[in-house]
Amino acid sequence: MEFLYASEVLVNGLMAGVMYSLVALGFVLIYKASGVFNYAQGVMALFAAMTLVGIMEGRVPFAHLINAAFGVHVDRFGWTVPAIFGIALTALIMVGLAIAVEKLVLKHLVGQEPIILFMATIGLAWFLEGLGDVMWGADVKVLDVGLPQGISDSIETATNNWLGYGFFIDRLDIWATVIAAALVAALVGFSQYTKQGRAMRAVADDHQAALSVGISLRFIWIMVWSIAGFVALVAGIMWGTKSGVQFSLSLIALKALPVLMLGGFTSIPGAIVGGLIIGMGEKLFEYFIGPMVGGATENWFAYVLALLFLVFRPQGLFGERIIERV
Amino acid sequence: MIYREAGDFKTSYRDDGQTFPIRLDRWGYYALLGVAFLVVPFVIDSYWANAVLVPFLIYAIAAIGLNILTGYAGQVSLGTGGFMAVGAYSVYKLMTAFPGVPIFVHILLAGAITAVVGMLFGLPSLRIKGFYLAVATLAAQFFLVWLFNKVPWFYNYSASGQINAPERTVFGWAVTGPATSAPAKYLTCLVFAVVLAWIARNLTRGMVGRKWMAIRDMDIAAEIIGVNPLTAKLSAFAVSSFFVGIAGALLFSVYLGAAEASEAFGINKSFLVLFMIIIGGLGSIFGSFAGAAFLVLLPVLLKNLLVVRLGWPTDLAAHLELMIVGGLIIFFLIVEPHGLARLWRLTKEKLRLWPFPH
Repeated sequence: MEFLYASEVLVNGLMAGVMYSLVALGFVLIYKASGVFNYAQGVMALFAAMTLVGIMEGRVPFAHLINAAFGVHVDRFGWTVPAIFGIALTALIMVGLAIAVEKLVLKHLVGQEPIILFMATIGLAWFLEGLGDVMWGADVKVLDVGLPQGISDSIETATNNWLGYGFFIDRLDIWATVIAAALVAALVGFSQYTKQGRAMRAVADDHQAALSVGISLRFIWIMVWSIAGFVALVAGIMWGTKSGVQFSLSLIALKALPVLMLGGFTSIPGAIVGGLIIGMGEKLFEYFIGPMVGGATENWFAYVLALLFLVFRPQGLFGERIIERV
Repeated sequence: MIYREAGDFKTSYRDDGQTFPIRLDRWGYYALLGVAFLVVPFVIDSYWANAVLVPFLIYAIAAIGLNILTGYAGQVSLGTGGFMAVGAYSVYKLMTAFPGVPIFVHILLAGAITAVVGMLFGLPSLRIKGFYLAVATLAAQFFLVWLFNKVPWFYNYSASGQINAPERTVFGWAVTGPATSAPAKYLTCLVFAVVLAWIARNLTRGMVGRKWMAIRDMDIAAEIIGVNPLTAKLSAFAVSSFFVGIAGALLFSVYLGAAEASEAFGINKSFLVLFMIIIGGLGSIFGSFAGAAFLVLLPVLLKNLLVVRLGWPTDLAAHLELMIVGGLIIFFLIVEPHGLARLWRLTKEKLRLWPFPH
């Protein structure tokens, strides 16, 4: 019984890990293609989810600001948009965001040290967070795009008949796993079998060489940031459906950082495996050790695990070996 | 003459390394110190102390601390909030455990405890670098805040989980607790800020500082010319955490009076201090003060402009502030990665030659 309960915790941890992997994927894509460590990925997920809710509910963008500046009371347009159009529109906005980031920020920071770029993305994260709040208001929003939620009855009955113990598994988590798998498959297919995908891999390998065979770096960067924006949108939908669209979303997304450090910054499988390890590890740690030390260990477990791991293997599980020359 | 030297007649390293080679600068600096110590305490009221000057001085100390680590030694840290919490909780435990010992000793000891904790979390820096290290310092941030929330010993088993500063006096003046007057708060922070800035300036232009900068510029090359990375990196973490710990201790005991770990010392505090040194200037003591002044004044100005003048809601002003700060960070990194300190230096160079630029 004890064992079965622990394995239920394990399965739920794996599902949570899939959610971390979704955010981590966006980091890896951008890092591989442009060497930028995009701290704002989590906030991009939050921003995408906020925009999606705002569009679907027909909220007036910047309503708060307009009301304050002109003394009027606008709030909603009075229509609602179906989820599918909302998602398409949000994806377009994320592409616009990618173009803006490239034109206004990255273009001017070419050739700077990586750590400067990293700090610039922290600034971008704050800016986007403020922009999201100003555009759509800071209230906790409910996001419902029609994904099934709640405990899956069929799995509970099946496991109950089979093992004598019903597993509680959220249907949303199962869907998240399926969608994440589809997304990874699509990304792998894209980067292996299309012209743009090959160009993207070439840029990731060597900027100079890619330039010399006529690949436009700026186009590739815009494309990669757009894809990362789309991945952020998917992650935002998942997280937003699960726990509401609110500020803490960007903090949960921060957990993608230790996931990446564990898996290695340059590896898509690393992001997936790292996410699974972190999700599983923190749930099990909370289950076995948590009660002894007062609980809420999920806040720091991932970071400390990554820290300890890095001391022994600085490039992560699947990362490229770091070679330093003077 | 006004603002220039009469040629370059330096005959010793001592002359060459002066902090204020120009006489007008030196006098200006003494005059500023004179005003800060002798005039301001008599005219300060509690609004100016609580909204502007005291937070400015405290954040300046924290910014100097982070600047030593990030600007001089090149190790990016996102754990400043956590280390400030260590300073705050140490000073609280010391104040309540040894009521007879002067508060200044407690604050210094709190800095020392933070230095030890900082060195502990600095150990991984010997293996990992760059933003890997930055993320690793997040471990310090989240773990320390969790620790202070979850272990009741740290907050003396108080029911609310908060820590409250008891009243302590220096020469008969209350400097902590609710009865503290504005001048007493201000003077306490000023003394610490001036002394610590002086120490930082002299550390960074001496041998220790040069070792840090060698590590920052290229650690492998530094190692080859004989800088021990172990001692250089750990000393940077220790000194930096000492400063940050003192800032945390002052923030809690003198400024806030009561604190709760996740609220007062959350991750946003770490970013705030990091932004101060980016805007002010990486690797500059003056920049730490300038950045702290800028980011302390900006919300006050925005609040006065938007909330008091235009009557906009406070939450909207707070969101706009996020946007403005984020935008400014990007702007500074693009236009002037060395921050306000560099602009100030350029102005001074121009002034030296003015009105004959050649």
